[in-house]
Amino acid sequence: METLRKLTACGGGSGDESNIRKLIAEEVEPYADEVYTDALGSLIVHKRGMGKKIMLAAHMDEIGLMATFMDENGFIRFAPVGGVDAFSTLHQRVRFSNGTIGVVGYEESMTEMKELKLSRMYIDIGAPSREAAEKAVHIGDIAVFEGELRQAGNRVVSKALDNRIGVYVLIDVLRQISAIPYDLYFVFTSQEEVGLRGARGAAFDISPDFGIAVDVTDTGDTPECPKMAVKLGGGAAIKVKDGSVIASPIVRSALEKTARKNGIPYQSEILERGGTDAGAIHLTRGGVPTGAVSVPCRYIHTPCEMVDIDDVNAVIKLLLAFLQKEYL
Amino acid sequence: MLKHLTNLDGVSGNENAVREFVLEQIAPYADEVKVDTMGNVIALKKGTRGGKNKTVVCAHMDEVGLIISEITESGFLKFKPVGGLDDRILLTQRVRIGENKVPGIIGVKAVHLQEPDERKRVIRQKNLYIDIGASNKGEAAALVKLGDYAAFDSDYREIGDCIKAKALDDRIGCMILLECIRHTYAQDIYFCFTVQEETGLRGARILAHRLEADVALVLEATTAADIPFVAEHEQCTRQGNGAAVSVMDRGSASDRALVEFITTLADRQGIRYQYKQTGFGGNDAGAFAATGGACRTAAISAPCRYIHSPVSTVRKSDISDMRRLVRCTLEHLHELEG
Repeated sequence: METLRKLTACGGGSGDESNIRKLIAEEVEPYADEVYTDALGSLIVHKRGMGKKIMLAAHMDEIGLMATFMDENGFIRFAPVGGVDAFSTLHQRVRFSNGTIGVVGYEESMTEMKELKLSRMYIDIGAPSREAAEKAVHIGDIAVFEGELRQAGNRVVSKALDNRIGVYVLIDVLRQISAIPYDLYFVFTSQEEVGLRGARGAAFDISPDFGIAVDVTDTGDTPECPKMAVKLGGGAAIKVKDGSVIASPIVRSALEKTARKNGIPYQSEILERGGTDAGAIHLTRGGVPTGAVSVPCRYIHTPCEMVDIDDVNAVIKLLLAFLQKEYL
Repeated sequence: MLKHLTNLDGVSGNENAVREFVLEQIAPYADEVKVDTMGNVIALKKGTRGGKNKTVVCAHMDEVGLIISEITESGFLKFKPVGGLDDRILLTQRVRIGENKVPGIIGVKAVHLQEPDERKRVIRQKNLYIDIGASNKGEAAALVKLGDYAAFDSDYREIGDCIKAKALDDRIGCMILLECIRHTYAQDIYFCFTVQEETGLRGARILAHRLEADVALVLEATTAADIPFVAEHEQCTRQGNGAAVSVMDRGSASDRALVEFITTLADRQGIRYQYKQTGFGGNDAGAFAATGGACRTAAISAPCRYIHSPVSTVRKSDISDMRRLVRCTLEHLHELEG
């Protein structure tokens, strides 16, 4: 839990992943044969082995608010980085990479809340003037949500579980894995939230035989929510499709077979919208058979994302079982 | 030179005239010149010390415009937009069509003939047509072929401290590249002039694949929105505040270290710059960041009002800030960490 706490607490808006990258690099260093950063800032961790090349990808970036303008009274206007929802952002605490704290307010001349748009909102960092604001924050700096990790029953609530939970899973798999029949690349990708960009470059360079993305997925188990067959506590979600990819039947059935053989609870994920790094990886070069394993997560892209501890463990167990015996 | 460049017509996919001029201009200064299958110009300028990062600096040659899609029985030309055009700016524009630059105008029903509610609506591009003075299909077909491109017919003119012309996006970038290639740098640099940016960064994508660069610097014209009725915080860039450095747009997030490298140089040399606000828009950097093994990108742009119209404007002081900043960046690029 301490590792996950550190991973979620660290800020890393898309394109601004240096802090989170450093943290992950420290965690993986003792277990890797080779660790390097590529041009777009993805961290690539190579665990050498004989056999087919598998790229495992978990994005390390998170959504955020980029400072675009400061007015004379020190209020900061912002642009969304990734899928930022106006309602989830209102009156949240946010934090810039240098530690500056702010809160998000809106133009109160607005009479109808349905008119709420990010362009009518601002960050208040407590600066009394433009000069004071400029000392604390630069145009182009990215703020991320505040939202400390807490445990609620068997579940964990935090900011940035999308996708630090995936990062956590990959780190844990790397720590535990032994006797691998594959050449493994654990890739902590950059810029997923703005269009799967880090994974694209990394996949091209690595040129894997198979790809597996580890990310969060939506659930359909909260009051009056859109229908979806995934629920919290239902086990590892093996992706069938999302908006960016139809999982390779080879990878998907191998994952399902692994889960059944090892008695690991799993559910099938059919996500209508949204995408994952699998979308970028599978279209690389001549095409890469790619699947994905997801951790079911409620309230995605808010400061209080929620996952179930049993689901996280199921995903870790599934990947370990899958990678240690040659299912592909 | 900007006058000449903006007077050339190079609607996306038909960049010939611009390319010929570019090739002629770079010939004395480039060490190797290649035109690729799509029409991109790739010019290598050898540095005095080689260089550890394979570096590209590029600008796009193409401009937004129209393509002729139909000749009507009565000799009018129907057209489709090429690149991002606002229907509202098309009315009553002068255009020139095809290789022979056949003059035409985009016509509209006179005010007297419009119904009251017609006057309130924006006329959509599909209801517009080009009139080239032909009285029937045969006459029109003798002058113009289907698939001919039409460019805005708009003079280069100085207004106040600004320049007004069509195609400033991105002949500004082309001009600065043509100026910069005359000098020698420590680093080997590929000076590239891309095609079909306005229709989806197509030329740059192929180029990025071909060159597999480590660093790409994109020179552009970007939206300036310091005009009435735009709230201060929504003004993307402002004219007169210097060259615009992008942090992020729809297509790419600039490499943080590269942006810091550029702004540090600017601070040291006292060159005026501004950050491009808002995350909108996109340019060839998006293609470089998304192709092959990807590369580190940054963009330096001239703030341009009324971009994608025949009357786009840039401020002269911004051009000279941009020129200095680009030149100075190229001179120091070999110091950039790998």
